[in-house]
Amino acid sequence: MKLALGPIQYYWPRRAVRDFYGAIAEAPVDVVYLGEVVCSRRHELRFEDWLELADALAAHGKEVVLSTQVLTEGAGDLKLVRKVVENGRYRVEANDMGAVQLLAGTAGWVAGPHLNIYNPQSLGLLTELGATRWVAPVEATREIAQSVLAARPVEAEVFAYGRLPLAYSARCFTARRFNLQKEQCEYGCIAYPDGMPLKTREGEPFLNINGVQTQSARVYDLRSDIGSLKDAGVAILRVSPQSTGTLEVLESLRGALDGKARELPQAGHCNGFWHGRPGLERAA
Amino acid sequence: MELVCPAGGLPALKAAVDNGADWVYLGLRDSTNARNFAGLNFDPPALAAGLAYAHARRRKVLLALNTYPQAATWERWTQAVDLAARQGVDAIIVADLGLLDYAHRTHPRLELHLSVQGSATSHEAINFYHERFGVRRAVLPRVLSLAQVENVVRHTPVEIEVFGFGGLCVMVEGRCALSAYACGDSPNTMGACSPGHAVRWEETPAGLESRLNGVLIDRYAPGERAAYPTLCKGRFDADGATYYAIEEPASLNTIELLPEFLRMGVRAVKIEGRQRSPAYVAQVTRVWRQAIDAALAEKERFCPRAAWMAELNRHAEGSQHTLGAFSRPWK
Repeated sequence: MKLALGPIQYYWPRRAVRDFYGAIAEAPVDVVYLGEVVCSRRHELRFEDWLELADALAAHGKEVVLSTQVLTEGAGDLKLVRKVVENGRYRVEANDMGAVQLLAGTAGWVAGPHLNIYNPQSLGLLTELGATRWVAPVEATREIAQSVLAARPVEAEVFAYGRLPLAYSARCFTARRFNLQKEQCEYGCIAYPDGMPLKTREGEPFLNINGVQTQSARVYDLRSDIGSLKDAGVAILRVSPQSTGTLEVLESLRGALDGKARELPQAGHCNGFWHGRPGLERAA
Repeated sequence: MELVCPAGGLPALKAAVDNGADWVYLGLRDSTNARNFAGLNFDPPALAAGLAYAHARRRKVLLALNTYPQAATWERWTQAVDLAARQGVDAIIVADLGLLDYAHRTHPRLELHLSVQGSATSHEAINFYHERFGVRRAVLPRVLSLAQVENVVRHTPVEIEVFGFGGLCVMVEGRCALSAYACGDSPNTMGACSPGHAVRWEETPAGLESRLNGVLIDRYAPGERAAYPTLCKGRFDADGATYYAIEEPASLNTIELLPEFLRMGVRAVKIEGRQRSPAYVAQVTRVWRQAIDAALAEKERFCPRAAWMAELNRHAEGSQHTLGAFSRPWK
């Protein structure tokens, strides 16, 4: 099995992003997804900066994939998607059907986790259009992955570690927290490198606000499910970047994949989706 | 401009037709549609009766098959498509790529509408469905501003339908796994969100509490109006402040935007609420019929009547109305 690092979901200062990928270049990870996928107002890195990072990672032997923005709203968003699609150097992860429309007929693109592919018929249509990898929806169960891959064997990737990207909105919940309009948001999300915890009124962490994206508060963790992931035909495990500890997670997963270490479930982590349970639950 | 109204059962369908709906949309009694609620929706005989009633009055019926099928239950969805074609449904509303492909190949004369659950927010996305499956109409997610809607209309041959009134999803439709995360019932795969079976109400010393699969969604002080615990409409603590951190209970009402919709070429306006009563459907449909007719006649001079707004406000969630994403100060 291969290890992948998903795109950074948060808004980090330019320097932090560069340092992070400097370390990732040396980390035991095979595939690295790059680009801003959450909010087009974020501007610490421009498209050209991402390409530069891509070159540096590729020079260290990483497979680089450029990810497109999940929610495109206007002409500016589409322009950026087109730029990513036409980058000419790296594979592209399509995260909405607009990107699929632009990629259709080209070879080797990745059907991202937000395309809502839940059955082999749908995946078959995308592979006919040139997709060669499928990233399952985050809520996909083992049964869904298995049944899709049994009928349509394709390189498959599953979100295996990190806070789950659960929902997207036109509204920015970070701006809303500070009573700011999105267009004058003052980029408050840069102060929350791992998002802003949303707790219930009895203090239980429930969700995590990240601009227009809502994440799970709990870390989704399939480190103890590697056997069933393999059995289902999954070829790649995705780790979602956090501001600290990502390298350690990659190393521990690499060890577990190589059979060197057996990871025990960590308190507070969840794996419900894979087991057909509510996502926040922990199944044995 | 066409008026598209909801029906959770035969009485609501009749109410919609009698009060001026051009289209009535409905679903079957299973997970093939996004309002898979107990006691709601149509079995095949009821569908036949509804079609007969609507067609006798020259109105059209839409069947929503807008959840995402999985391999194990794939036939449930394709059989529903076959049923729609056999019974003479005027169009089906679909989100899943595989199912669109099936309908397009198996029943080439069956009109296809792209569901809001398809999350298509750009003309490129919408044109994909048009070119591959001949989709004739697309329902836009409730996330675009007026200018963005206009930009979509300009760049696609597909008819554009927008939500005009009713309950408001603040998340992009088809892109929300919050309910699946909290209680396992997924809008995408099961057509359910914050389902009744996961809800628990409890009087406590701290106040009336609503929970969803054990997660505290809200707590009400004496005298506060309690709302159904749809999980994005609860009060939570975000970095030290407790408030409606995601969305206040409010309904969309875009009557005042009708001249704009007409000017930019929006083809249809949709009323939300298949889970609502026949009385709701009758009253909301009647007001919207009057409003659309007035907007067509009065063009730019159109002004929403106070009586309409008062009538519609009675049906608003939390008694509040908003222009939603169409108007950007909403942020």
